[in-house]
Amino acid sequence: MSNSTVSKPRAAEAAQTQPLSAMAVLASLVGWLVPGAGHLILRRYVRGLILMASIVTMFVLGLLMQGHVYKPNGGDILDILGFVGNIGAGGLYFLTLAKDWGQGAIAHATADYGTKYLIVAGLLNFIAVADAYHIAIGKKP
Amino acid sequence: MILELSHFSAAFFFALFASVVFGITQRNAAMDQVKYGLYCFAMFLGGVFVAGWVMWMLRH
Repeated sequence: MSNSTVSKPRAAEAAQTQPLSAMAVLASLVGWLVPGAGHLILRRYVRGLILMASIVTMFVLGLLMQGHVYKPNGGDILDILGFVGNIGAGGLYFLTLAKDWGQGAIAHATADYGTKYLIVAGLLNFIAVADAYHIAIGKKP
Repeated sequence: MILELSHFSAAFFFALFASVVFGITQRNAAMDQVKYGLYCFAMFLGGVFVAGWVMWMLRH
């Protein structure tokens, strides 16, 4: 009996959820490359612009604080995790590597904050990408 | 250009941006998003104050 009461909402949710579509993949990819853009192409303009402003501003503040940008590496586990966080920022990360920003030695206390800003901006973008994906498949309005 | 924020300013802006993203992505309705964002922001900054006082007590 308890199974039937639990399965009804799940069945309703599954009925509302669309199968994986090209738009879901596109929104995720675009959202990763340009923070907030996944929401924009799904016509969630306000959400997309606010996400874009928050994540891009956080990343730029991290760079201005002379934070360190991790490159692909196979060394220390914290360096690897730093790279995973950084690459979440997508296009911002590639632009930063192309311009050779974020490679200075950490010379003052706020530079360490900058490093954390850069990593967390990427991680927040991963969350934003997941959100865009859920919107695209109809799991979230 | 080098930006040198104070410890509190850095924590404040960190809390602000993280809370905005949490609010938008973790709730569906607009009002719920605002409420959850404010809740996260309060928790972040509250955590800063608690950690600050704990460190002060450990030091003294």
